[in-house]
Amino acid sequence: MPDALLLHMKVNGEDVEVAAPPHFTLLEVLRYKLDLIGSKQGCDKGDCGACTVQLDGTARLSCLTLAAQADGRKVRTVEGMTAAHLHPLQDCMDKQVAAQCGFCTPGILMAAEAYLTKQARAVSRDEVAEAMAGNLCRCTGYVKIVDAIVEASEIMAAKEQG
Amino acid sequence: MSEFLSPKDLPAALAARAAHPDYIPVAGGTDYMVASKDRLPPPGIINLFGLGALTGVTDLDGGGVRIGACTTYATLLGDARIANTFPLLRDACREVGASQIQARGTLGGNIATSSPVGDSLPPLLALDAVICVASSAGERRVAYEDFLVGYRKIDLAADELIVAIELPAPHVGAMQHWRKVGTRRAQSISKVMMAAVAHLDDGRIADIRIALGAVADRTVRARATEDALRGSAPSEEAAKRAREALRGEITPIDDLRSTAEYRLGVAENLVRRFVLSL
Amino acid sequence: MGHASNSSEEAKAKGSVGKGLARVDGAAKVRGTARYVDDLKFPGMHHGLTKRSEVPHGILRGIHKREGFDWSQVVVVTAEDIPGRNTILLIEEDQPALVAIGAHVRHVDEAIALIAAPTRALAREAHGFLDLEIEEIPAVFDCEEALSAEVNVYGDDNILKTYLIEKGDADIEEKLASCDHVVEGLYRTQAQEQMYIEPQGMIASWGEDGVCHIIGSMQCPFYIQKAMRALLALDDDNLVVEQAVTGGGFGGKEEYPSMIAGHAALLARKAGVPVKLIYERDEDIAATTKRHPSVVRHRLGFDADGTIRAIDVDVIFDGGAYLTLTQVVLSRGVLHAAGPYKCENTRVRGRAVATNTPPHGAFRGFGAPQTTFAYERQTQKAAALLGMSPFEFREHNMLRDGDRTATSQLLEGSVGSEDVLRAVKEVAEANPLPKDDPATSIRHGRGVAFYFHGAGFTGSGEARLAGRATVALAEDGHFEVRSSSTDIGQGVQTMFTQIAATGLGVEPDAVRVPTPATDRVPDSGPTVASRTCMVVGRVVGQASVALKNRIESWASENGFGDMPLRQAATAMAKVEGEISETVQYAPPPGIVWDDETYTGSAYPCYGWAACVIDVRVDTDTYEVAIDRCVHAVDVGKAINPVVVKGQIEGGTLQSLGWALWEDVIYKNGKVANDRMTNCIVPTFSDAPEMHTIIVEEPFANGPYGAKGVGEIPMDGPCAAAAGAVEHALSTLVSSEGFDALPVSPEAIQRAMRLDS
Repeated sequence: MPDALLLHMKVNGEDVEVAAPPHFTLLEVLRYKLDLIGSKQGCDKGDCGACTVQLDGTARLSCLTLAAQADGRKVRTVEGMTAAHLHPLQDCMDKQVAAQCGFCTPGILMAAEAYLTKQARAVSRDEVAEAMAGNLCRCTGYVKIVDAIVEASEIMAAKEQG
Repeated sequence: MSEFLSPKDLPAALAARAAHPDYIPVAGGTDYMVASKDRLPPPGIINLFGLGALTGVTDLDGGGVRIGACTTYATLLGDARIANTFPLLRDACREVGASQIQARGTLGGNIATSSPVGDSLPPLLALDAVICVASSAGERRVAYEDFLVGYRKIDLAADELIVAIELPAPHVGAMQHWRKVGTRRAQSISKVMMAAVAHLDDGRIADIRIALGAVADRTVRARATEDALRGSAPSEEAAKRAREALRGEITPIDDLRSTAEYRLGVAENLVRRFVLSL
Repeated sequence: MGHASNSSEEAKAKGSVGKGLARVDGAAKVRGTARYVDDLKFPGMHHGLTKRSEVPHGILRGIHKREGFDWSQVVVVTAEDIPGRNTILLIEEDQPALVAIGAHVRHVDEAIALIAAPTRALAREAHGFLDLEIEEIPAVFDCEEALSAEVNVYGDDNILKTYLIEKGDADIEEKLASCDHVVEGLYRTQAQEQMYIEPQGMIASWGEDGVCHIIGSMQCPFYIQKAMRALLALDDDNLVVEQAVTGGGFGGKEEYPSMIAGHAALLARKAGVPVKLIYERDEDIAATTKRHPSVVRHRLGFDADGTIRAIDVDVIFDGGAYLTLTQVVLSRGVLHAAGPYKCENTRVRGRAVATNTPPHGAFRGFGAPQTTFAYERQTQKAAALLGMSPFEFREHNMLRDGDRTATSQLLEGSVGSEDVLRAVKEVAEANPLPKDDPATSIRHGRGVAFYFHGAGFTGSGEARLAGRATVALAEDGHFEVRSSSTDIGQGVQTMFTQIAATGLGVEPDAVRVPTPATDRVPDSGPTVASRTCMVVGRVVGQASVALKNRIESWASENGFGDMPLRQAATAMAKVEGEISETVQYAPPPGIVWDDETYTGSAYPCYGWAACVIDVRVDTDTYEVAIDRCVHAVDVGKAINPVVVKGQIEGGTLQSLGWALWEDVIYKNGKVANDRMTNCIVPTFSDAPEMHTIIVEEPFANGPYGAKGVGEIPMDGPCAAAAGAVEHALSTLVSSEGFDALPVSPEAIQRAMRLDS
């Protein structure tokens, strides 16, 4: 067995030191070493988006990212979204019934949050459809997810201004 | 995999490459990681992602740009020079995978993988890109068309790294056109791609460069088609000649994603549409 | 029109039924805390892997452990390790759990041996050192070729099942000959992958008490229990099957999970530790069931005034290598094949044929989408032939209240046929198609479809099943709904919460709906066939009302008569402990079905739907984009309209995906496109704007009037999409290039080329 690497990351705001084999993906480290099971493995080949997390604020496929490439960086997962209250995106997804089976939901939230944070404004349905095209959902037909992300963008933009 | 090297600068990266020709240089890893799941791990990896010397867009004298090999599609999409001067490349970057892949995948990585369906490759060919390659011994520059030597094969030695891509300034007033035809509207593998650049002089096509993807074992220039058009007014008749020339110079294949007939027919239609748009 | 039947008007007025509440499992899902099977860990757990056949047809001669690997580190299971009968029992016992040495291998990716190891990596390594020796024999992959039975896959003739439906006294050939017009078409549809985002998986463990516990991703815990009884030779006391939070099913987790559960249980039994068996995506695409490919010949005879006089349909489904659920899928296919149209003279013949491909099985719609595609293409062609509008032809022939179906079932109430068609017509007419600009490559087109879907099990199925559900007052004062209905994303837990809360007259937060485990819930039947709301929801409602009455009597007998129910219940629970009411489903009276002649009441009732699809076809690239989808569905009553819309929208996109993009490509019986990047489903960018209209024609025997909604949205959009493409290209193409799915760009190009 190859030697483990000792990695240092800031995961959901906390400094984490974790040993992992050099071939481990970020998804494997999150799920198997840190027990952060919110990030899902849907295909393990970068095709479905269910494993999406944020690396230094940008949406990334954790199944296609070597954990070693996340060394020294900030990682955010769905578990980091929930403080005392649900994040507006989570709240809108919940209220709009945009999570059906829920398996794609953590990846959707991570991709959408990274996108909305970068845009810092209310976004249109077409913009959401383009920005989110890397995340597959088979339950919803996407309608309610788009509804939720558009609504959240309005709430988040209003908060920024307020 | 026993070793993960993360060199801090270009000389260190080139030294690592020279010392470990069997290690895999990895940038965004979006190709490497997919392939790695079905094969034994390599003896080592040289991580190039985020290496400052290989990242970013800089101006060249004469209006061109130099793009670091490890510049991501997302960075290119946010760059005003690319948007203004090379909209063809911008449009292609926008259709690579989806946002997560665009944030991670790099132009140099796409060139190194050299898949016949690499989305950023036809624009580079149509824009007369020059590939800058370095080793510990120094840097050399190769026209992109010469750099492509076969199916997934490039002119890169075991101690070399792709360090940059240079794009010369296009002719003033040149039209640039990109069209990707994939299996679906996003996150799709291309079935046919066309990147075209042309400019008119006195109502006639003075110069035209057409690069096609997914129709051959590598990204190709449609030179006979270009020859058939150069000097002509952009008309249905010229388009017809172009289609005939195209049929003579590409022989696409059937595969899981599409048919040879479809690829050829669509390539013809895209060339025609471009000619008529001039 | 029917009336809601099982609750007081007062409770209805105050209750949560009909409100678009957030899902009860929504918060856990958006927090990422919901635990799916791969998120579960057990002490000492090993990881399982399946060794599969690489040949489509042959005889297994040997399983060899090659040298060079330390086999003491892993456990290998073969057919010899099976304590019970070597079968995945469902309808028949034709499918083995593991092919035994000397027995037939009947498809590529058939399971032959199992490996468990402390890590996945080690299991994979062992997998590479395990060799299979299979003597290959000729195989057959085409269902029409298989009919010649030159290669024998099943029985003597490869025929898994046949059906015949006949209506009317006249000879069908004579009747067709007497019609003014006959439209004849040959329709083909392809396999479709369910593509739930969560891959299939199970964990099995055996307790020291000899009890086998299985938890995983599933639709039907009691199907697994039945299969495990036979495979593991266990009685129900020694067997617990529990659902984990399940990431989508769409039918794909109806029968196949029994295979995975059996494999995990066999490995865990031999290894002596819990074993987790999670499928890789490529394995899931390659080995598990898909929608049955079909070949449908359809003849539609009608008079010059547009009246349909005769229908003759011949349906062939490719069942794959084993029966699994094929005969039931074919049944639903033939029962829908004549469509929601009046016709006195009808003949429908159906055959399911075995081939050497992995078995096809349940997928939302369950045989109906295949035959719906055929009859709605026919309707479109008939209307065009007569120069009638697609709406007019359908209005003229549609089944209405009081009419009889192809099986001579009298429709009595809850027939929303006129309403759904009118609803989509109004929206469509208010939004005319844009004009084509001949200078561009874009052509616009519009397609219409109108269809029905039988809700619940066929014929006497529900009576045989006798599904039960329990509503309990737990000791902590909460109400608990116990049933075997699984929430796989469709919103069962939320829907049951609303029905129970309304029946009890309490707030929804007083009710909880745990995921089912076979030792804690009664058998309510499987979570299939658009039956959960209509059938199980009904008994949940009845049990809730019964429990409410019991609490109210107790309260008045004990001097708490003025107390609100919730408080009275808490008081009662303190004194009496847990109390519960269980109700068994009683089918509505008057349901008479003859399984021999295939006549009578095929289903308790039908859902009705219509859709209009607007497309843009690019004649340079032959790509199709969907601009608009207007879909009206009669669901009887939407218990939760937001959840119902989600069901309709999701089903619609699956149907459109099947129509235009989705395909499963087999090479020598093996799935060649086994990745999500080449076995594609629609992305955010492919999904159209959807205008979803809920129509409510209450069903007297459903809870608050509700009937099925799960499957019907899958049935018709495919035909409307094909019709829309044909319409867009109608000046360019007049051929029948749109009678096979998918209507891919390559197919459109071929159609245009053939015509020019």
